[in-house]
Amino acid sequence: MKLKGWKNVNPGAVCTEAGSALQFKTGSWRAYRPKWIEENCIQCLFCWAYCPDMAVNVKDGKMTGFNYDYCKGCGICALECPGKKGNKAIVMEEEGK
Amino acid sequence: MMAQKSGRIVAVTGNEAVAEALRQINPDVSAAYPITPATDIMQRFTGFVSDGKVKTEMILVESEHSAMSGCIGAAAAGGRVMTATSSQGLALMWEELFIASGTRLPIVMALVNRALSAPLNIHGDHSDGMGARDCGWIQLWSENAQEAYDNTIQAFRIAEHMDIRLPIMVCLDGFIISHSIERIEYIDDDAVSKLVGEYKQLNPLLDLEHPVSYGPLILPDYYMEYRKAHAEVMSKVPGIVLDVAKDFEKISGRKYGLFEEYRLDDAEIGLVILNSAAGTSKDVIDSFREKGIKAGLLKPRLFRPFPYDEIGNALKHLKAICVLDRADAFGGSYGPLFIDIAASLYPHKNGPVLINKIYGLGGRDYMPSHAELVLNELVEIVKTGKVKMIKEYIAVRE
Repeated sequence: MKLKGWKNVNPGAVCTEAGSALQFKTGSWRAYRPKWIEENCIQCLFCWAYCPDMAVNVKDGKMTGFNYDYCKGCGICALECPGKKGNKAIVMEEEGK
Repeated sequence: MMAQKSGRIVAVTGNEAVAEALRQINPDVSAAYPITPATDIMQRFTGFVSDGKVKTEMILVESEHSAMSGCIGAAAAGGRVMTATSSQGLALMWEELFIASGTRLPIVMALVNRALSAPLNIHGDHSDGMGARDCGWIQLWSENAQEAYDNTIQAFRIAEHMDIRLPIMVCLDGFIISHSIERIEYIDDDAVSKLVGEYKQLNPLLDLEHPVSYGPLILPDYYMEYRKAHAEVMSKVPGIVLDVAKDFEKISGRKYGLFEEYRLDDAEIGLVILNSAAGTSKDVIDSFREKGIKAGLLKPRLFRPFPYDEIGNALKHLKAICVLDRADAFGGSYGPLFIDIAASLYPHKNGPVLINKIYGLGGRDYMPSHAELVLNELVEIVKTGKVKMIKEYIAVRE
């Protein structure tokens, strides 16, 4: 994304374009990365519902993985994940390991 | 001299005159909290609301922090908004002041200047307005009730100008002006409405066809661009202030500039002073002129943004100047007005000698004898070329 100069910024930093947060990728903030373990996933979509951003990819009503451009690694998905028979379908792993 | 175009002559207080201007303008929303000596403005204005004289939505809030927050919300929603405060009230608005200006919301606020606590004091000085001088708002300062009334009307036009869209404070001295009765010329309601015009919205939150978001997070990749844009907008303010003054003169016959020059053209010594004390000083300047001493005065009106070039040019020919500050800047430095006057003269080599007097804090009377003392000191400086003390408190007990 090309950065605008001071002559072209909106007065008062008002956002006039809907959904412009899409252009703001925040994945680099992440210290912990959610890992999806598909065999433990019951497709309850709690992760999708609880994700404060838009980091859970869903296709045809099913969780298909994470969008790491927007995942900040908050870990809410892993906390809420009921898993299967006590085995989590989402676990947090330290980045860079 | 232009003829008086319209209006009636009345005897009212400064607060009453400001409230009358607000009635004539009939803003969409006001959020306010009472504080001496500004209380009286909103007390009168809420009376207009109760009596159906204005259509303003009046929001009575629990603090000045909320008052300014309410004003910000209402202005972002797309309304013409005003409020009034003093001293601690302005201090409590502090963080919101920057949000109002950074969000470029043209809120109009009457600031009835009062000393800051502690020690607790309710009387007039400029420490409140000076504390907020760099918060990105425009500031107009007013010598008397007439100027407070006239500035309030012009403030809406200046703030709401599409090239500016910045909040503005109209400053008047607490009690000395806010509670003293003076002769005022009011302009007719129609002429005021016509001058101020219909409010033009910019990105209103309530326009559901064009949804917008206010207050996004701006990180290091953009923050400086927004600050530079704000600084650039500030630089356009003086031109707009003069344009609005021209239009205002047409309906009132009263002339306004960025500052007032009083017998300054051929002056050798001069005073620079804000607000009500300028009136007292002008009388003393006259008596010095009668004695054959070439004394003059400059009274800033647009204090933020400060018209450095224009003021520097207006003062550069003087031999000695005293800047009188009704607020001190605690930092071992000079008073806030002195600092700006010194900066305005910095480009002029061999400019006037400058001294700084701190006067009138917490409502201490500024008497003609104080102006005489200062002018006599300037005469002595010109004669001997010697300055005893650059900065000094006057009318203070040892």
